[in-house]
Formats: sequence, structure tokens, C-alpha cells
Amino acid sequence: MRVRVKLFASLRELAGTGDLETSVEPGATIADVWAALVSRYPALAPYAAATSCARNLEYARLSTPVDPDDEIAFMPPVSGGEQVVGPKRGG
Amino acid sequence: MDGPLLAITAAPLDLARLIDRVVAEHQRRRAARDAPGVGAIAMFLGSVRDRSQGRIVQRLEYEAYEPLALQVFDRIASECAAEWPDVVLGLHHRIGTLDIGEVSVAVVAASPHRAQAFAACRYGMERVKQIAPIWKREVFEGGESWVEGASMHPDDRAGLEEARRVACVSE
Repeated sequence: MRVRVKLFASLRELAGTGDLETSVEPGATIADVWAALVSRYPALAPYAAATSCARNLEYARLSTPVDPDDEIAFMPPVSGGEQVVGPKRGG
Repeated sequence: MDGPLLAITAAPLDLARLIDRVVAEHQRRRAARDAPGVGAIAMFLGSVRDRSQGRIVQRLEYEAYEPLALQVFDRIASECAAEWPDVVLGLHHRIGTLDIGEVSVAVVAASPHRAQAFAACRYGMERVKQIAPIWKREVFEGGESWVEGASMHPDDRAGLEEARRVACVSE
């Protein structure tokens, strides 16, 4: 089955797109959607632990099951903290 | 007063209009239950700082998952209403490119008394930072990067407790 995927901020840039579709097996969870994405965009792999997700505009967990045509969003940590990724000063 | 209490917008924030909107909403809600009117309005504004972690910042670029961000704002307003029934909260956040000194976020809390207004304003801002799906990219001298912090599910107790702690909510 196909699901719609939305990516934001650094994830969107790593994938080169913020809107895409992917295919997963019936009975799949959001974790399976993420795995399908990582196989397509290996650069996303390091974000697995830090990324939060939503299903049809509700925050969800990686264990949440998905249905056909769901909108699954993967979101890097929101901008409240102090950790910085990307080029450092002088780098 | 027209306009939304909760908004994500690319336009510069209209602070006077937001205050009017929050006060009008308070008036509307309290009339229905014979409660005291507004005697205190607390407002927090976040603005673009010129330095970050030793770097000279040139501008910020904000991006939001808008429909989810609005739902999160609604949730934050509901959390405030549950904790402080006499408070009305307004939340506006900008997206797009912002220059140094521009206001990126406004939180307004109106209530009969200042203690609840200050507390709800602080609580609301902490929750925005914790759970609103809004990201900023820092453009500084010599590069740019996404500023990323702790990722938090809205139901996570640690976040709720931290927001209550900084807002000085007694248990």
C-alpha cells in the first residue's frame, strides 16, 4: 500500500524533497515507513533516534500502524534547544 | 475583534491586534459565566538575536508543519485553560525569513490577575518550544545550519512537568 510522506527542515534537505510517497506492506507501522525512506535516502539514517513523527496530523509513535493514503510526517527535533548540527564555526 | 487567536503567518506580527483579539475573547468567554474581566495582560515576544553560540547571526529562516503546528497551538491553549480557567491565551508565530530584531513569536495571556497571566504566558511559550513543529535555520557569517533541540511528544510527562516548573505551578 502507498502512504504519503512529509519531511521537514534538515530531513527535507537531506532527501531533496518534502513531499513524497512510499510503499509499505499491509500491516506496516510508521517504523516500516521510516525504514523504506532510509533505504531510499541513506543520509536520513542517523536521524532515526531523534526524529518524531505524526500520522494524519496527530503526533504518533514509531509503533503506530499505518493505513493506505495516510499522511506520515517525520520531523527533526524542534528548534527549542541548543544542540547544533551542520557546519560549526570555522568549519 | 477579528483575526485568529492562534496563527502561523509569514506576515509581520501585529501585536496590538493580537492583544485586542485576546481581550475580546476573554470578554466573550467570561460573559457566559459571570466571571471577572481582564485586569492583567502578559505578553512574551521572541525576537531574532544577533549572536548564537559565538556566531554572528545574519538572519533566521523559520519553517513549520502548519496544520500540525496549529493543532499543537490549540492543544497548548487547552492545557492553559485547564490549568488557569480565567486565562485566555493567544499564540502567533512567524515563518519565512526574519532579520535581526524581528519578532518571531508572540504569546499573550489575559486574565483577571497578573499571577495567572504571567504563569500562563511562560507555560505557553515553553510548550511552543517543546512541541510545536517549527524549525529555524540560522544563517550566520560563514555558513548556515538548522538549530535543533530536544524532540518531544506532546504527551511526554517530562515536558509537561518542566513547563509547569518554569511557570511556577504549585502541585
